[in-house]
Amino acid sequence: MKHKSFKAILVASTVFGSAGLSYAQDATLTIESWRNDDLSIWQDKIIPAFEAKHPNIKLKFTPSAPAEYNAVLNSKLEAGSAGDLITCRPFDASLSLFEANHLAPLTDLEGMNNFSDVAKSAWITDDGSTPFCVPMASVIHGFIYNVEAFEDAGVEVPETEAEFFAALDAIKEKGNYIPLAMGTNDQWEAATMGYNNVGPNYWKGEEGRNALIKGEQKLTDEPWIAPFRQLAKWKDYLGDGFEAQTYPDSQNLFTLGRAAVYPAGSWEISGFNTNAQFKMGAFNPPVPNEGDTCYISDHTDIGIGMNANTKHPEAAKAFLNWVGSEEFASLYANSLPGFFPLSKTAVKMEDPLAQEFISWREKCEPTIRSTYQILSRGTPNLENETWNASVSVIKGAETPEEAGKRLQDGLASWYDPQK
Amino acid sequence: MIVGRTFRAARFTPFNKLEKLMQKPISKPPIRWHIPVFLAPAFLIYTAVMVIPLLGTIQLSLFSDIDGEQVFVGLANFKTLLGDQHWSQQFWNALLNNTWFFVIHMLVQNPIGILLAALLSSNKLRMKAFYRTSIFIPTILSFVIVGFAWKLILSPIWGVAPSMLDVIGLKSLFTPWLGKEEYALTTLALISVWQFVGIPMMLIYAAMLSIPDEILEAAECDGVTGISQFWKIKLPLILPSIGIISILTFVGNFNAFDLIYSVQGALAGPNFGTDVLGTFMFRTFFGFQLQLGDPNMGSAIASIMFIIILIGVSIYLFGIQTRLRRYQF
Repeated sequence: MKHKSFKAILVASTVFGSAGLSYAQDATLTIESWRNDDLSIWQDKIIPAFEAKHPNIKLKFTPSAPAEYNAVLNSKLEAGSAGDLITCRPFDASLSLFEANHLAPLTDLEGMNNFSDVAKSAWITDDGSTPFCVPMASVIHGFIYNVEAFEDAGVEVPETEAEFFAALDAIKEKGNYIPLAMGTNDQWEAATMGYNNVGPNYWKGEEGRNALIKGEQKLTDEPWIAPFRQLAKWKDYLGDGFEAQTYPDSQNLFTLGRAAVYPAGSWEISGFNTNAQFKMGAFNPPVPNEGDTCYISDHTDIGIGMNANTKHPEAAKAFLNWVGSEEFASLYANSLPGFFPLSKTAVKMEDPLAQEFISWREKCEPTIRSTYQILSRGTPNLENETWNASVSVIKGAETPEEAGKRLQDGLASWYDPQK
Repeated sequence: MIVGRTFRAARFTPFNKLEKLMQKPISKPPIRWHIPVFLAPAFLIYTAVMVIPLLGTIQLSLFSDIDGEQVFVGLANFKTLLGDQHWSQQFWNALLNNTWFFVIHMLVQNPIGILLAALLSSNKLRMKAFYRTSIFIPTILSFVIVGFAWKLILSPIWGVAPSMLDVIGLKSLFTPWLGKEEYALTTLALISVWQFVGIPMMLIYAAMLSIPDEILEAAECDGVTGISQFWKIKLPLILPSIGIISILTFVGNFNAFDLIYSVQGALAGPNFGTDVLGTFMFRTFFGFQLQLGDPNMGSAIASIMFIIILIGVSIYLFGIQTRLRRYQF
């Protein structure tokens, strides 16, 4: 009798033990992302921190190349082989995934309460009712400069457009540094770090952006042409052969100490901190006239959502809730200085450059990139056209007015409020 | 065979016997199973990886996504592609670039290939194997390596091209070729020529080796030597190979994508100066940055690419190849 019950216990423990084991093994979540630069940070910091709290959930971070991410992800989702957690591009790319039932709605996710409406705006249905990705981070645009280069030319940090060009002139005259590190080969920098960096000061941030969406302003109006006028002036300050200068070329020119000012996004901070041997500073886009309110592009850039067909919805939700927590915000912001958390609670940042960038949130009005919401839904695609137009204007192949007219004609050809 | 034998038998039989034979049903020839069996592997694989995807692409191009449903729209996608101002402008630009890409290859790659083959087949040349191998090596390199290496060589910042030109005092000739709209496509075409010149060289070289020595000796006896021997004897004999190379170049160039994508990205800058049908199709089909993928329009472009190549190959097959004179030795 005793013997029998002992056997029963043995059998039971084997069965239940293995059941428990298989449950733990089952909840392995794969994360799709385009941030292959962050692989080591996810593996060394973020994933261990999460797994320590949820020992029965394992995470796998499987990034792909940024330029291919959307295409790769779409094919994987169609084929049903995509990961459980999906890093979300802002606005339409993710909205279309949600509408195709690839992303699960997150309306009743607790962690969502930690975010403001502005933070959620990039990953929510047009009527604002159903969010589908948890906001992770935003990036802020501005200029990073080489402090030694500024001292060398004897210039101060510019606050107005006039001071900005005076500083560039002084650096050019001195001749020790290339004034501006930017190329037009890869095209997107001209639009993202050029047009959408300096632009908000002219179109007054959200005010102009919303007016454009409503059709009250046109891309041929002065506030939308003025940034092109400034870009046209940049040409003289770029390095020799900027036409074939790629994005990595520009990064290297700056971090090797050969260029003075780098039109930047805050995501550059961690890379620059490792590579640059000199002291760096940052300034927000100079305003047109002294005393004007400054505007910055504080762009909601990364979110994370749940694959609607995941086999482990509970585990995925546990992770998404954790992404909404203060612990994640602090961990992420400090591991990746330059990606600023969007949650309501303030996070303390260690990095001085990151602190400088985030301090602009207090003195300037934030907005997002003008072309991202709604306006890039049709063909021709306004964002891609803006890349092309910004490059043409910098090269002098097109006047600011012609570029504005071309963009407006393209937008009006499919977007009803602009017709 | 069986039918033939009955007839032969019938010819020599008396009339009444013939009548009897006619009433008998003629036995059916057995099915020759070995033919389908041996054809099957190639047929099945080719159908699975080529024919079905091709038909799928053409089918996809006749549909359109309307409110999340695939709806049959006939030729509407092609109408948009060729009729809509924005689409057609991009399409013609890409087609024109493709044509220029092809022209450069025909004018530069193939003559150089023939020249190299002629030099290699000359009896006086030493170290043939070395030249042959080193000219052929770029062909087996990956596009990504070739694209990246040339991008670095031609880079105005770190490249060796400006400093090398400086050494011979021609620095003033240097411009950032890959970044200028007027030069970028030609530069890319020449990079591609550099990479692939080994292929026409090898094919022509093989054709030249197959020319029997007797013919060349006979030509020499008739006083045809040196350059005129090449023009009058060798060139006519290798014309069929040149035809094959031309058609391979045509198909390869109108399918071009890899090199341009790896050097200039999907947006094929500067200002779409290097945009070919391949990159245009990729952008449209898979989407790019904020542009969402549109598989239906992408398939329409892919179908047009197929049709263009089909027309080109047909012209060659029916118009040129049948007229080429072949010599049997």
